Amino acid sequence: MTPPGSSSPSAGNKSSRILIYGYGNLGRQDDGLGVALVEALEQWAAMEKISGLDFDSNYQLNAEDALALAEHDVVVFVDATAEGDAPFVFRRLEAHATIAFSTHAMAPESVLALCAELYSKQPEVWLLTIRGLAWEPAAAMTPAAHANLAAALAFLKLWLQATQ
Amino acid sequence: MSKKIVIEPVTRVEGHGKVTIHLDDQGNVAQSRLHIVEFRGFERFVQGRPYWEAPVLVERLCGICPVSHHLAAAKAVDVIAGAGTGDGLTPTAEKIRRLMHYGQMFQSHTLHFFHLASPDLLFGYDAPPEQRNVIGVALANRELATQAVLMRKYGQEVIAATAGKKIHGTGAIPGGVNKSLTIEERDTLLKGRAPLNADKMIAWSQGALAFFKDYYKKNKAFIDGFSQFPSNHLSLVRKDGALDLYHGVLRAVDAAGKKILNDVDYQDYLSHLREEVRSWSYMKFPFLKILGKEKGWYRVGPLARLNTADFIPTPLAQKEFEAFKAVTGGKPNNMCMHTHWARLIEVLHSAEVIRDLLLDSDITGTDLVTKGKWQPVGVGVIEAPRGTLMHHYRVNEDDLITMANLIVSTTHNNEPMNRAVNCVAKAMMTGQKEITEPMMNAVEVAIRAYDPCLSCATHAYGQMPLEVSLYDATGKLISQRRK
Repeated sequence: MTPPGSSSPSAGNKSSRILIYGYGNLGRQDDGLGVALVEALEQWAAMEKISGLDFDSNYQLNAEDALALAEHDVVVFVDATAEGDAPFVFRRLEAHATIAFSTHAMAPESVLALCAELYSKQPEVWLLTIRGLAWEPAAAMTPAAHANLAAALAFLKLWLQATQ
Repeated sequence: MSKKIVIEPVTRVEGHGKVTIHLDDQGNVAQSRLHIVEFRGFERFVQGRPYWEAPVLVERLCGICPVSHHLAAAKAVDVIAGAGTGDGLTPTAEKIRRLMHYGQMFQSHTLHFFHLASPDLLFGYDAPPEQRNVIGVALANRELATQAVLMRKYGQEVIAATAGKKIHGTGAIPGGVNKSLTIEERDTLLKGRAPLNADKMIAWSQGALAFFKDYYKKNKAFIDGFSQFPSNHLSLVRKDGALDLYHGVLRAVDAAGKKILNDVDYQDYLSHLREEVRSWSYMKFPFLKILGKEKGWYRVGPLARLNTADFIPTPLAQKEFEAFKAVTGGKPNNMCMHTHWARLIEVLHSAEVIRDLLLDSDITGTDLVTKGKWQPVGVGVIEAPRGTLMHHYRVNEDDLITMANLIVSTTHNNEPMNRAVNCVAKAMMTGQKEITEPMMNAVEVAIRAYDPCLSCATHAYGQMPLEVSLYDATGKLISQRRK
């Protein structure tokens, strides 16, 4: 299946330094989808002995992440979303220097814009959003979110393997 | 016709907040209110869980200051584990926790000043929203923005080294910590790869203070006059009156500097504080019992801390403290925008404390945990970046939490934030028929000085609208704008 907004897994190349960065709160049910995917992907990469991948996660993105972007050629942000019908959406991001209505956190497009401004670097940045359904204070994700996570994980594994 | 103006939510402030301003028939501000949808469900979430899980569970309460909740809960469960009320930890355990806390303070304050406050100072609150953000700062002052990024990163590295990882750390446990620093970790933070080392952080903190003081010189009337009003102030202080962000006794002073809560043990906080419920707000309004709910409200946070403390126990920050106190002749400072100045003095103090702790041999010690006689109740209080943070737990004989009460900094500041909004509303909206972008921004600037964090770490992509709604006197929506 090619989910809406996805692209063929050809963007990377063998020499790329790739960062997979999940963000969200595992204490708020499906809000932790991004972090959960990164945890699962890191285990898979270790088992499969796939090198060249860096992993990171946080509650939200912020200004210091611009430095992490500058140190990589390809970055895949992974987040939960409350929008859309697809289990997940994978799309390329462009720098966008507007964060007026964010909170203490920054949008990934804004982190990319800050990276470009401070470090004169424009890594290839993708955003994988996984559909979540519940956001209450609880550790357990919903069954539907688990299914969406599995689908997104399978897709990203294939995409990464194609870059190796 | 009288109007009701709603600003919802407040931008660059955590969680959901909306401001309603009621104008009377003459266009005067009849009433203003800051409504905050406070998240209270977490107290129920920890009930029934073993008490030793609390420090890790509460980190998920807030994505902005998880370390503060981690340590406040740890201090409470120290008491339950019989490790004393703040003074029973081993030297290594206490110093590792302090290092973690001052690392959090350093990075959180840095974020607030550079990311949230400096755009207002650099460009003014009448600047377009596209400019009033950290990218606007980067365009206008690349050096300042670059330093901000690296200062944040340094604070995060201090947290990772002490808590075990950047998020969901497990460093603090009942009665102590589960790790100290290795020599390599200590040396990396102390002397690490340039420019990420302790001395550079101190130098850049001084640079940030110089930036603010220069701005203050040129904009004294605005900084002094914007949303200033008298209030009481409350915080922890060390037993000798020093500024201490990790542990101490509770002290409150009034607007003139008179002590109204004289260095009391926070285990007994319920004897001194009460919380008022108001029908229009989900968030409670704490007050000092001795003064009652009308006069007993108070501020917490950087400004309050510099008003309650007698001195700062690090030399560079102490020098800045003396200059800060000289502005008000040694009396409490009640000027809202001076909170930014106080915050930057705390950034410098935090950097000095981090450096001093890294030079202390206890930081690599191996005696990590204190054990003692089990207690059924524990209270932990810490000075979080935004102010005093209280965690209170009761457990049963099976070690399960049966009661949890959390009073977060933003709750303490509920009344002051409402007063700040009222000051701005009266100054800028009296006689106005329609709210403008600069007016809206001014309200946000006043609230932002308190850096409220509303326990809303959920952020699913695409959910951050700004909505402005206008109602007439009958409650009918007559205008609405969403961005």
